[in-house]
Formats: sequence, C-alpha cells, structure tokens
Amino acid sequence: MSDKPKYGFETRSVHAGAAPDPTTGARAVPIYQTTAYVFDDADHAASLFNLQTYGYIYSRLTNPTVAALEERVASLEGGRGATGCASGHAAQMLAFFALMEPGDEFLAARQLYGGSINQFGRTFAKFGWTVHFVDVDDPENFRRAMTPKCKAIFVESLANPGGVVTDLEAISAIAREAGIPLIVDNTLATPYLCQPFRWGADIIVHSTTKFLSGHGNSMGGMMVDSGRFDWTKSGRYPSLSEPEPAYHGLRFHETFGDLALTVHGHALGLRDLGAAMAPLNAFLTLTGSETLALRMERHVANAQKVAAFLEAHPRVSWVSYAGLKSSPYHALAAKYLPRGAGSVFTFGVKGGYDAGVKVVESCELFSHLANLGDTRSLIIHPASTTHRQLSNEQRTAAGAGADVVRLSIGIESVDDIVADLDQALAKSAAAA
Amino acid sequence: MDHERYDDDYIAGILRSVKTIAMVGASPNWNRPSFFVMKYLQGKGFRVIPVNPRAVGETILGEPVYPDLGSVPVPVDMVDVFRASDAVPGIVEEAIAIGAKVVWMQLGVRHDAAARRAEAAGIKVVMNRCPKIEFGRLSGELSWGGFDSGIITSRRGRKVQA
Repeated sequence: MSDKPKYGFETRSVHAGAAPDPTTGARAVPIYQTTAYVFDDADHAASLFNLQTYGYIYSRLTNPTVAALEERVASLEGGRGATGCASGHAAQMLAFFALMEPGDEFLAARQLYGGSINQFGRTFAKFGWTVHFVDVDDPENFRRAMTPKCKAIFVESLANPGGVVTDLEAISAIAREAGIPLIVDNTLATPYLCQPFRWGADIIVHSTTKFLSGHGNSMGGMMVDSGRFDWTKSGRYPSLSEPEPAYHGLRFHETFGDLALTVHGHALGLRDLGAAMAPLNAFLTLTGSETLALRMERHVANAQKVAAFLEAHPRVSWVSYAGLKSSPYHALAAKYLPRGAGSVFTFGVKGGYDAGVKVVESCELFSHLANLGDTRSLIIHPASTTHRQLSNEQRTAAGAGADVVRLSIGIESVDDIVADLDQALAKSAAAA
Repeated sequence: MDHERYDDDYIAGILRSVKTIAMVGASPNWNRPSFFVMKYLQGKGFRVIPVNPRAVGETILGEPVYPDLGSVPVPVDMVDVFRASDAVPGIVEEAIAIGAKVVWMQLGVRHDAAARRAEAAGIKVVMNRCPKIEFGRLSGELSWGGFDSGIITSRRGRKVQA
C-alpha cells in the first residue's frame, strides 16, 4: 500500500511526523527527555507488553521524539515504517538481526564504507553470520556468488568513499529472483537524491548522523522498511514468520503484516541490542531534516564545481565523482541520482601517501575529521584513518588506496572551498 | 467507489459514526490478530461482538460469542470480516439482512463483487485494511511506533480522537 504521497518532498521534510502536540499545542516536536511512561492500569500495561496496543513503555524501545523522526524518514523514503537507533551501524545490526540466524550468509558490495566492511566481516562473524563481498560494478557478480544460505544483499546506493553508483534496479532483480531482500544504505545520497524503494529495494538503512541531520552534531541511525517483502513465503525468515517465544508465540508477520519488520526492530531489536537513539539527537535531526532539500541542492552544486576544478588541477591525477562526464558511473548517476551525484567523493593526489597526508594537513577551511555530510567541508585521507584497519588489497578494492583523499563538500561559498584546496595542493608539491 | 485507496475522511467518518462492531472470525486465542484488534477497539470505546460458530458458548474479552450475524441480539453498525475472501459474499448477505451500515474487510481480505452488492444495498465498504491500524493512523497513535501515517497537519486535533 505504498500510495503516491499526497504532499511533496519538501513539505514532508518539514511536516511529516511533526503535527502539533495534541496536549500542549507545541509547534516544534518536544524533546521527550524521559526514560519511561506511566501505565493507565495493569491491563493497559499488559496490552502494551503484549504489543496489542500502541503506546510507550520505555525509551530504549520507543520514544515520542524519536518516533517523529522515524515517521519523517519513513515518509521521505516512501517506506511503511522506520526504526530509529543510535547510529548507522546500529541500523545495519537491527536489519540483519531480524533476517539472520547463526550459520546464515549474505552478499555485500565490496565497495562499502570501511566501517561496514569491518562490522560485516569481523563482528558479524561472531554471530555466525558470513558475508561474501563482491564487486558491485558487475551486478551479475551477486548472482554468481549466491548461495542457498544467503538471506540478503547489501549495497550502498552511492558508495563511500569512491564515488561509485550502484545499479540498484539490476541488483534488486537478482535479489527478487533469489527470494531475498535487498538492503540499501542510502546515507550518502539521501532520499532527496535517490529513492531506492522505487528501484526495488526492500530495506533502507541510514546513518542519520550525515546529511539527514546535516550539521555534524548528532549521532543516529535508521532502518526503514518498505513493507513490501513477504517474510512468510519462503519460511527462511523465522524471526518474522515463526512463533516468537519472547512474545508468547506471536508471529510478527502474520500479526503485524507490513508493519512487521518495524515492530520487530523496536520490540526485539532495540529491546535486546539496546542501541536506542537519544531524544535530543532525534530532535536535532528533525530540525536538520527540515532543510534537507535546500542543503542537498547546495551540496551537489558546490561538489560539481569543486570536482571540475580538481579534474583540471595539475597536482591531481584523477577525480572520482559521478557527476563528471569522465566518471564511469556518469550514466548510472543520471539514472539514479538525477538531481546530483552527492557531495562526497575522492580524488588522487600526485605523490601518493605522503602527498595525501600533506593536502589534508594543509587545509584551513576543510576540517580534517572522520565524518561526512556536514554543512562544513570535510577532508580525510582514508588510507591513514577510516580504512586503516583494512589490508592494502581491501583498501584498493574499497577505493581507499594510498593517494586517495576523500572530500565531503559543505555549503560554504564555493570559491572559498576551491581556494582552500588550491593552496593545500600547492603545499603538497613539496611532499611529493 | 475506488477501493485501491480511501480518503482519510471516508475512513474517519466510518470510525466516528459506528458504535457496535460485529467481528466475524473473532478468535478466543489471545495471540491471534483478531484478538488484538478486538481488544484495541474495545479500549477506544467500541462495543465489539464476536461471531464465530466454532467458539459458541465461550466469551471473548467479556463478550459472548454468536454463531452468525443473524443471532446477534443488538443492532450492529459495522461488520468486521476476519475471514478468507471467499467467505465474504455470505457475510455480506447476512450484513444486509441485519441492516449493518458498514462492511469492513481486514488486511488481505477483498471481494469486489460482494463489495458492489453491499454498496448497492447502501452499505459502506472498506477492503484490505485493518480498523486498528486505521484508527491508530488517524488518531496519531500509529505514528508512535515509527510508521508513516501519511498525515500532514498544522492542527492540534486529529481526524479521530483516541
């Protein structure tokens, strides 16, 4: 029942989930800074614990400020519901927690945020979950790597850090054929630039810490469910289709229908994994999300200009920005990211590792830090930081080789952004 | 009548006007979906009368179970169908016979011919929806669980009052 939304994207960015408070009339969403909520009586408490009625019990499971943000992101993505959590990593954990059993496997693009490669390859292994990484550039790789134990495919719509655009439609067809859901990390693109559910994704995860919040001031994550996947059909998703002992034998999918994964995310995922989003962070992210469309327009306009500047710069050996005609992903970007190819991309500085470090250390406007999707322009040398724990081969595969510098272009005056990079590149010549 | 998507005001009008709901296919098992819906609607002030020939002689949430709609001894405003779609035509005939004003079919339940028959008899029809979810959506309670209600409003009031 994913009806076409009645209101436009910008209207929903401002209003979805945020009707005036019925009790007080408060126009902004209040920060419900409370751990728990009183029950009307024992029967009301029983109904809540049995999931028979809507309501709040404890803020590790649900919180009104977080719920407002959940509804907003669900609306922007065109999903049925969303589960807010402490970080993007927590969102990934929630999604796989609902899908996987010990011994299960899944496929993931090898072009992923380095932190996700660590989480999937090492930490998930402790739960008995095995990931097979494949090169996303040829969607057929997913078909070739498929095993009977695979329960999901995971990709990033716009991959971090390499400016890689994923062929979502082709990969979702392979997932559908295998009867498994496609999970898409839409963090770098945001729903303003890319709408993965339109291309067949079943679940979207976000680090709301990035563009959705947008101001580099609040951690958060979100698992968004399209509500379209049939969790019962194959019998391969027992957490959603079989009687749940923790709720007296209730079957989530049968009972909650297209709400099932979101209810599971709260009632089991957050309850037992514990990675809840703080209400203040939800409030700051709600405020940030109101200007998502405006910010993204400027982010991509600035990024396009900076990428073009770098491509023509003598100290730069290559630029990986899908908005450039030279990018092998240019056609995919036109299809999946028609409003712009995001504002996070990489370039190669002549002189390798030392020159890369020198560029980063010479910036005065760009902040050297491990985040992206901030109003401020950010810069990092992945090989010495975010992708440091990976092997050389993994770094190269992930687009984070020795000469790679990653930028997250902010919304400052674009001439100032360009000038800062220009002077830093000049200084890197000495290190080369 | 477009049964693919309903106006919020159409659904809200039904939920505001009905008082007594006969639930066909109500289960006495507490962890069945129909039990969840019945308990929730009771909590919102509706009287819900269970109809289930296999549970006659039992009570569900304080209400005695009747074998069919014709046996319900009080006027019924709305019939809520928790049965497979092929059972709908018979239920619609019974609903017409007892003068019900609304026939509501649960998620996954749809029978277009029976819907037309009910509408010809002056009965409002909702198909493939859950009254618990719709009440929660229009009252704002569904949003508490992180769901998209589709509702945008600058007003303090909601379409139905929880």
